[in-house]
Amino acid sequence: METYAEPSCASVDLQGDSSLQVEISDAVSERDKVKFTVQTKSCLPHFAQTEFSVVRQHEEFIWLHDAYVENEEYAGLIIPPAPPRPDFEASREKLQKLGEGDSSVTREEFAKMKQELEAEYLAIFKKTVAMHEVFLQRLAAHPTLRRDHNFFVFLEYGQDLSVRGKNRKELLGGFLRNIVKSADEALITGMSGLKEVDDFFEHERTFLLEYHTRIRDACLRADRVMRAHKCLADDYIPISAALSSLGTQEVNQLRTSFLKLAELFERLRKLEGRVASDEDLKLSDMLRYYMRDSQAAKDLLYRRLRALADYENANKALDKARTRNREVRPAESHQQLCCQRFERLSDSAKQELMDFKSRRVSSFRKNLIELAELELKHAKASTLILRNTLVALKGEP
Amino acid sequence: MAAEREPPPLGDGKPTDFEDLEDGEDLFTSTVSTLESSPSSPEPASLPAEDISANSNGPKPTEVVLDDDREDLFAEATEEVSLDSPEREPILSSEPSPAVTPVTPTTLIAPRIESKSMSAPVIFDRSREEIEEEANGDIFDIEIGVSDPEKVGDGMNAYMAYRVTTKTSLSMFSKSEFSVKRRFSDFLGLHSKLASKYLHVGYIVPPAPEKSIVGMTKVKVGKEDSSSTEFVEKRRAALERYLQRTVKHPTLLQDPDLRQFLESSELPRAVNTQALSGAGILRMANKAADAVNKMTIKMNESDAWFEEKQQQFENLDQQLRKLHVSVEALVCHRKELSANTAAFAKSAAMLGNSEDHTALSRALSQLAEVEEKIDQLHQEHAFADFYMFSELLSDYIRLIAAVKGVFDHRMKCWQKWEDAQITLLKKREAEAKMMVANKPDKIQQAKNEIREWEAKVQQGERDFEQISKTIRKEVGRFEKERVKDFKTVIIKYLESLVQTQQQLIKYWEAFLPEAKAIA
Repeated sequence: METYAEPSCASVDLQGDSSLQVEISDAVSERDKVKFTVQTKSCLPHFAQTEFSVVRQHEEFIWLHDAYVENEEYAGLIIPPAPPRPDFEASREKLQKLGEGDSSVTREEFAKMKQELEAEYLAIFKKTVAMHEVFLQRLAAHPTLRRDHNFFVFLEYGQDLSVRGKNRKELLGGFLRNIVKSADEALITGMSGLKEVDDFFEHERTFLLEYHTRIRDACLRADRVMRAHKCLADDYIPISAALSSLGTQEVNQLRTSFLKLAELFERLRKLEGRVASDEDLKLSDMLRYYMRDSQAAKDLLYRRLRALADYENANKALDKARTRNREVRPAESHQQLCCQRFERLSDSAKQELMDFKSRRVSSFRKNLIELAELELKHAKASTLILRNTLVALKGEP
Repeated sequence: MAAEREPPPLGDGKPTDFEDLEDGEDLFTSTVSTLESSPSSPEPASLPAEDISANSNGPKPTEVVLDDDREDLFAEATEEVSLDSPEREPILSSEPSPAVTPVTPTTLIAPRIESKSMSAPVIFDRSREEIEEEANGDIFDIEIGVSDPEKVGDGMNAYMAYRVTTKTSLSMFSKSEFSVKRRFSDFLGLHSKLASKYLHVGYIVPPAPEKSIVGMTKVKVGKEDSSSTEFVEKRRAALERYLQRTVKHPTLLQDPDLRQFLESSELPRAVNTQALSGAGILRMANKAADAVNKMTIKMNESDAWFEEKQQQFENLDQQLRKLHVSVEALVCHRKELSANTAAFAKSAAMLGNSEDHTALSRALSQLAEVEEKIDQLHQEHAFADFYMFSELLSDYIRLIAAVKGVFDHRMKCWQKWEDAQITLLKKREAEAKMMVANKPDKIQQAKNEIREWEAKVQQGERDFEQISKTIRKEVGRFEKERVKDFKTVIIKYLESLVQTQQQLIKYWEAFLPEAKAIA
């Protein structure tokens, strides 16, 4: 299936569908929150206008995500992972530390460092916008999820959704629920009698468990590589400055040599910075997204297993009722419900998991190609400026 | 390499020393056999003024006029030189020093030992030209390599032996290619000897690599890990650069101790180089005393050139140190990047194994391989950053310390001259007093002392002018070398960076079709 990516989100490929287009057209960062302007273009009859926008904050996205997760109707679907909370803390701290000043740093160095930090801040900002946007766009692209009432409210309702951030009890509740879920999952698979009837799901389960762990690992390590690269780029700033001072002080031929070298390091710094940010976008971010997405897929599998367990239990209850010849009817209808639910979940899960795979494959393909092309571009640019500097240095008497 | 050939200095330049020989004097020992027997007076080292000056100035004779009149000034011992460290005792003095080979006149140059020698001006000239020709003809054709570090012995007495290989067509060496085994303390011993002979007369003697108790202990203890191999390699490279710089110095190249170091299979142990030995501690104490003294010498600088140059070197020192710190950080971070890349490569490989889509799985394994190779590149890059860039800077930081040292010696020389002048004044005053008091025997003594101090003043002035001249030349040579050195190393460094980038291009170009093949 041919997919193409929205230009604003590099990690996820979405199918284009013009009947509902959602994007974050603007975002404003205030003291400790970000306000996203969500713009919708739709010809669907449900909406009052064809084009409209609302302002939403991060908590409202989380509310929407949780609403989907808690909705039984969507139990057989992979719920797009919630966007991560905007976190400018680290960046803000760094900017503050820079402001406090280090007297040994020259004015040029300071200006460059400030520029770098501002660029970093901007990059984080852009990323958080992209993450929130891709969340909405996946919802809009999904034939079932896009029809959700809460989604319409989210997109259209002009006022604040009055969704307070989770209070401590709710957070704790969520935390505990996760623990119970994992315990449950382990229990279910360990339970005698609960055998996975479907090879497809058995394979998917083992695959996803391992895959999720490994992609999380890869993501963490890719982050470290990216940060080390960034650190390296920053190291070039004082080097370039020191070479500059050396050059201006020299009275002999080394003057031009040092000055050219200073220029070279400045250019190399920019290239190194670009390598770092490309690795971030094409590799780290992609791995991070699929780490979350694979978690969402795991959640789906869990829900299906739970349904299977319920079905098994209902079967047992029915058998017991029949043996005792008591309350057979309710047991029968309960068993029927469980069976239907389980089958419904299994069918949609199968489709969802296949979609997940193709989404993942095409996203990796796109990003790895782009990564390689960008790395080549930067390496070639580096070679060029290195060679030019060599020619200039050798050419001097 | 050196455009100007400098006559080899003498073993000692201290005016108070027994044999005070001026520059250029011994050049001609070899060619003039009458030299030793020619002293017309018992005076040590009184030389025909003009020619010596001509010689000591190299191609351009200058005005330094030497006083013929030196008498037994030099018989006076070393009371004046209270600040001199023991290691400054010239090899050729009567005091014993370790590992001294009696120097005999050879085919080329050797600092004189025993005499008080004179030379006839004519002979000087001719011989000097001959020497210059020979030297120019060879044009510093000498290559030194330090290789094959080998651990000798066990436990705390173990040491590393390095092979020092010399390839040369210079005639002063008996062979054109030869090698010897030396240990680190041998290098330190060599530097110690050269420094004691040449530093205080204004020659910039390249400093030896630094001791490292921690580093060496690891090696002794036998840790076969990468940090001790790195340490040994770092040291080996540093020793090589040290020798290469030393032989590039036209004057030092002529030194017999250097030649002995390069050539002779057995070298007496240099025992006074141990960090915590008695001599070592004494050295440290003297350095401290020197530092204090430097602060109290207020010299009337009559020559703006010296002030300018000192300032220049001070600035250069500061800037190099700053740059060095930044480059060290770069090296450290690049090593971190390398480690992180290797870790990522492993996890990418694991991910590839898990991936159940075949083509994507293969692509991920390829990515893992690329990242592993890139890790290698990072390591090589860090290597280049360190050995070419960082070590160049640290070498020059220490070299500039040596330059600052010779400037300091000049100041001390001036101080000595000043002190002599003051003492002379006092002696004159004393004489005047005696005249008034009319004590004939004391008057005679006073007159003797005046004569003695007049000579010392003259010697002081000569020495000061000599060291100033030498320093000017040395600084000129040093700066030329520095420019060349930096340019060469920078070019080498950039070329290695180009190599790294080209490898990177190769790897990614190989990966791209794999990524595209994902279907």
